[in-house]
Formats: sequence, C-alpha cells, structure tokens
Amino acid sequence: MLEKGAIAPDFELNATPDQKIKLKDFKGKNVILAFYPADWSPVCSDQMALYNEMLKYFNKYDAQIFGVSVDSVWCHLAFEENRKLHFPLLADFEPKGAVSKAYGVYHEELGESKRALFVIDKEGKIAWSYLSPIAVNPGADGILDALEELSKK
Amino acid sequence: MSTLKPEVSNQDHIQGNDSASITIVEYGDYQCPYCGDAYPIVKEIEETFGHQIKFIFRHFPLANAHEFAFPAAIAAEAADLQGKFWEMHDALYENQYRLNADLFDELAETIGLDLEQFQKDSTSAGIKTKIEDDFDSGVRSGVNGTPSFYVNGTKFDGGATDLYQMLKESTG
Repeated sequence: MLEKGAIAPDFELNATPDQKIKLKDFKGKNVILAFYPADWSPVCSDQMALYNEMLKYFNKYDAQIFGVSVDSVWCHLAFEENRKLHFPLLADFEPKGAVSKAYGVYHEELGESKRALFVIDKEGKIAWSYLSPIAVNPGADGILDALEELSKK
Repeated sequence: MSTLKPEVSNQDHIQGNDSASITIVEYGDYQCPYCGDAYPIVKEIEETFGHQIKFIFRHFPLANAHEFAFPAAIAAEAADLQGKFWEMHDALYENQYRLNADLFDELAETIGLDLEQFQKDSTSAGIKTKIEDDFDSGVRSGVNGTPSFYVNGTKFDGGATDLYQMLKESTG
C-alpha cells in the first residue's frame, strides 16, 4: 500500500458511461480516494452514505472525494441513484482492479478493492493513507485530520 | 481507537444517574432502522443496569439517505425546549414505522406539548445548529454509521446487543 510521501499514481477511470476522471486534472485541489470492496453493502453502516453527508466538510478543505471499486459504471449509477450519492464513484473495472493494484490495495483472492483511504495533496502527493479491516467502516475522522493538517501548511 | 469529542457535558441530553460509573453515548438517526432496532435494547440496558448507567443521545442524521431524519431530530430538540426531549425521542422510535412529515405535530400533541410553541421552535436556527454540532462531534469522534456507541468515552465496536452482552459480563 502506498504511504505518505509517495507520488499518487495517475489514473483515468469512468465515473459515468461517458465521463472519465483523470487524477492529474485535479492538481491544485486535495483529493480523497476511498477504495471499497463493493456497491450495495448495508444502508446505515455504509461508508459512502457517511461521506455523502460530509461533502460540505470536504468542500471546506478544498477536497474532492471519489469512491473507487471494481464495480462497473452501470452498477455504480444504480447504486448512486438508490443511495442518492452526490459524489462520483469510479469504476476500476477494465482492466479489473488496475488502479487498486497501483495503490497497493487490491485483494487478489476476493477480486475486490480493499477498504482503504488516501488523501492526496494539491501537488499530487499522498499526504495520508489508511487501510481498514475489510469489514470495518473506517469513518471519516482520519480524513478530516489529514485535511486539517494540509490546511495548516 | 476512536474517542468521544467533545466529552459529555451539560449541553447533552442525559438520562439516568449523574454519578453512574458507566456512561453510554449513542449517535443515532431517527429514521435509521438499525437505530430503531437498538432502541428497545438500550431501554433494556437502562432497566437492567439501573443507576450504574448514564445514557446520552446525540444526533447523527444521515439526511441524504433518510428524508425525515433531520426533521425528526428537530422535533426532538423542539420538544426539549419544553422539557420533553426523551418523551419525543421515545415516541419517534416507537413510531418509526410510520415516520412522515405529519407525524411530528401528532406526537407533540400526544406527549402534551404546546403545539404552537413546538411549531415555532421547530424553525429555530439554534436547534439546527445544535443538531449540526452533534453531527460534527460524531464525525470527529469516528462515527462510521448509525447507531454508534461510546462507553466511557471510547468507541464501542458493536451494536446494542453486543453492548448489552459486554455490560453483563463486565458488571458480573
């Protein structure tokens, strides 16, 4: 897993069938990458639902959040619509898990992303990363602490 | 290990014995079904452990996922201004299955609130801020879903049933 100080590997992933997100286009902004195993986990304990409530916090720190899993864009679209998510979910779908692998957070046996968080600074360097046990939703306090640290620089 | 920030204070809704040795804080959402399931178990914990327990409820409405979560939290806070937070809290969970926009006035009448005052208070900015402050403290304390429990300031890794079990074992 990539740690603090490493250059965040660039990627280009679909957020919708016709919209690609390139990490390098977000230079000058803080970026949060939340890798997670799969769409459709139980509602209230769902990590993405929590982040959905926190967009104004992330905004305050000039940060854009992306969820990343190996689900396809169509699956993501249905999930976003069902959960009323207001931030992009990226499909690490083809080649499967390539970005998760580049960040060192791909679970080979399960064929899914691990549950991992990265905060990337405005220059594209990893400022903080965290690997959570697969069944434990890591919450958002670590992300906020990292963003706060960056805002002091 | 996540800890409670800020600590319990007189700004909180506290139920039970002030000098209790065990302080339980729940971050909850009135529309969350898991919180609804936890509600009777929390009651049972309070009954079983009596004066050993102090129970605090803080709001953590997942407003995007649950359209009535924030209005319900407002109803509880508005009831608090008439000294009936816990009556509204209980009524909201007991009627969670039929939660809708018309329910709040009905419950306000049922628990004996001055309805006009309740409706006026429900639009107050102070109440909204209080709920947002609770949410903020939850985020800072590492709440990762609802309900989230804290025992004596430390995040408890489990649900209400696990909490009951743990208390039974630790209080012997």
